[in-house]
Amino acid sequence: MTPAARTAPRGPGGADWRDVPLAPVVLLFGPEDFIASRATDDVRRKLRAHNPELETTSLDAAHYTAGRLGMVASPSLFSEPKLIEVSALASMSDDFLQDALAYIKDPAPDVTLLLVHAGGTRGKKLLDALKALGAPRIECLPFKKDNEKMQFVSTEFSLARRRIDAEAVRALVAAVGASLSELAAACSQLIADTSGMVSTDMVDKYYGGRVEATAFRVADAALAGNAPVALSTLRHALATGVDPVPLVGALAMKVRQVAKVHGVRGSSAQLARDLGMSPWQVDSARRDAAHWSPPGLATAIKVLAEADAQVKGEAKDPVYAVEHAVMVIATEARR
Amino acid sequence: MSVWVDLQGQDSVVAQLRRAAQSTSPTHAWLLTGPPGSGRSNAALAFAAALVCERPELAARGCGVCKACHTTLAGTNADVTYIATEKTTITIDESRALVRKAHDSPSSSRWRVMIVGDADRMAERTTNVLLKAIEEPPPRTIWILCAPSPADVLVTIRSRCRTLTLRLPPVADVAALLVRRDGIEPELALTAARAAQSHIGIARRLATDPGARERRDATVNLPLKLRDISTAVQSAASLLELAQAEASSSNEERDAVEKVSLLRSLGAPETGTLPPPMRAQVRALEEDQKRRAKRSVTDQLDRALTDLLSFYRDVLVLQLDARGGNSAQHAALELVNDPLRAQLQDFAARSRPETTLIRMDAINSVRRRLTTTNVAPLLALEAMAVSLL
Repeated sequence: MTPAARTAPRGPGGADWRDVPLAPVVLLFGPEDFIASRATDDVRRKLRAHNPELETTSLDAAHYTAGRLGMVASPSLFSEPKLIEVSALASMSDDFLQDALAYIKDPAPDVTLLLVHAGGTRGKKLLDALKALGAPRIECLPFKKDNEKMQFVSTEFSLARRRIDAEAVRALVAAVGASLSELAAACSQLIADTSGMVSTDMVDKYYGGRVEATAFRVADAALAGNAPVALSTLRHALATGVDPVPLVGALAMKVRQVAKVHGVRGSSAQLARDLGMSPWQVDSARRDAAHWSPPGLATAIKVLAEADAQVKGEAKDPVYAVEHAVMVIATEARR
Repeated sequence: MSVWVDLQGQDSVVAQLRRAAQSTSPTHAWLLTGPPGSGRSNAALAFAAALVCERPELAARGCGVCKACHTTLAGTNADVTYIATEKTTITIDESRALVRKAHDSPSSSRWRVMIVGDADRMAERTTNVLLKAIEEPPPRTIWILCAPSPADVLVTIRSRCRTLTLRLPPVADVAALLVRRDGIEPELALTAARAAQSHIGIARRLATDPGARERRDATVNLPLKLRDISTAVQSAASLLELAQAEASSSNEERDAVEKVSLLRSLGAPETGTLPPPMRAQVRALEEDQKRRAKRSVTDQLDRALTDLLSFYRDVLVLQLDARGGNSAQHAALELVNDPLRAQLQDFAARSRPETTLIRMDAINSVRRRLTTTNVAPLLALEAMAVSLL
């Protein structure tokens, strides 16, 4: 990794994956496919701008046969520039490792070798050698925080010379923020289909009614006794592909935490040590515990155990089993 | 020294098996049933030894001193195949191999004996593979299947076998066996046999391993500690931890030994990293060990819940006895958890038999779920613990 790459901001606004420096060997490292594919596009575009005759070859490092790299990198008759894209370095074969180590010591002229590694330690020797050579390394990390995603959206729009309302950014991230490629697709659709300033109304028109629901949001709403929100979030979660089994798991975990702190006195730090939870979990469980009575908690745990057995084959309809459990929990909480 | 000597308290079954082994044409398929710990697989092995015994005169078969008897009881006789599984089920490939093996002639004995130790751990499809082989085995092959109850095997298998049922041996017999075979103090043997509810294997483990006794005591004391919802949830967690500790204490050493012996037989280098082909073998071993560990956690939980049931069983006995009003007998009642008598009486006085029955029902339904479906054990145990409040 070059010092420049290390200090460059890697967040959504950071220029490093949007502006990949050209070099004989470039490494894209990290699990986020979308960033890797954007960076690959960037490299291709820059090389084509240099010379439209660019010859592109793709290799799969997992099913690599020895000698292939040297063959495709060898100069051709008209010596046009070449781009060799190698995917699946995370499961590279030993042959590839050997060939790549030999190649990077003496890269062929006019050839750009683009290595895509999804993370992990496979081929550590090669990664270390690239670092020692100072080859550019692009980190392809997924965005975890909402403000990273929001910054990504803003940058997408400003690169397209369009303006978007701050509220609209937030709405867009809330609607399709779960997957980065989906978020990017939503941005490009809005950029292509609308004109002028993008407002919340427009986002609503295109992506309204979609809420990113995770199992924990369902659990939070149910434990707080908010049956309508719990049920609609549950439906969203099921519709966006959350499986009933982890849903029951998440509900059980929340109920377990509430049950553990229920009626127990002491400082949260002390409780956290005794119960094997972190202090913030104790605090939030205590807030939820205010809604709950011991019989209510007992009912909730029993109905969840029932639902757990049902989603694992005891009943025909797993969705009904979860819904029933959420209903019971949300109504028990209010009492 | 006959092969039947360790089958304590199973006289009628022993008599039938002995008669069969001493006849010139014994029945070709047997189904041995009996509650866990009654010694089904030991009975099967003893019967197999009596069948292949080298003594020429019929009445002396099952001598326990000839080479065939010794090798059979040690599990090394070439004509006696014993199959049981430490994972959850016997696979269809294993049972196909068994059918092929059943068609071989015996190499040195009169009979080839095929024993299936876990006939209840076979899927329907797997059992069907055996149907033909059991119905019409080659002239010199004898099948012995073992299962907890005749209902655990397919009706089509059941109808092809002669069924024998072992009874749960009386506590005194189990204690006597422990004293004689394992050299355990009579008093300790009696307590262990009672605590294990006549399960011979468990009784032996309780008698020889103080750690196992401690873990059992912790399980049985659990109902005395249930006060509110918070303690209930925590004791469910500790119940699971105990079961996992018990399972890993019996597995860890064995896993390590197996790995060392695998590495030795592969000729692995003593230092440095393993070459990839060897790594794959080690990984396969570890996966097998993981499956075994899952089965043993389930088994331990099942055992722990049985221990817990014994607490409520004692409570119920005391409650029903108090209703009968015969206080003279009260002190003489045989309790599984005799050391806890005072606490049990106190507990019995504070609740009603109906409640005790509901609680036993809750424990039983969790047992069923844990052993037959893939539920999350912690959640199931929590639901049980809050039902016991």
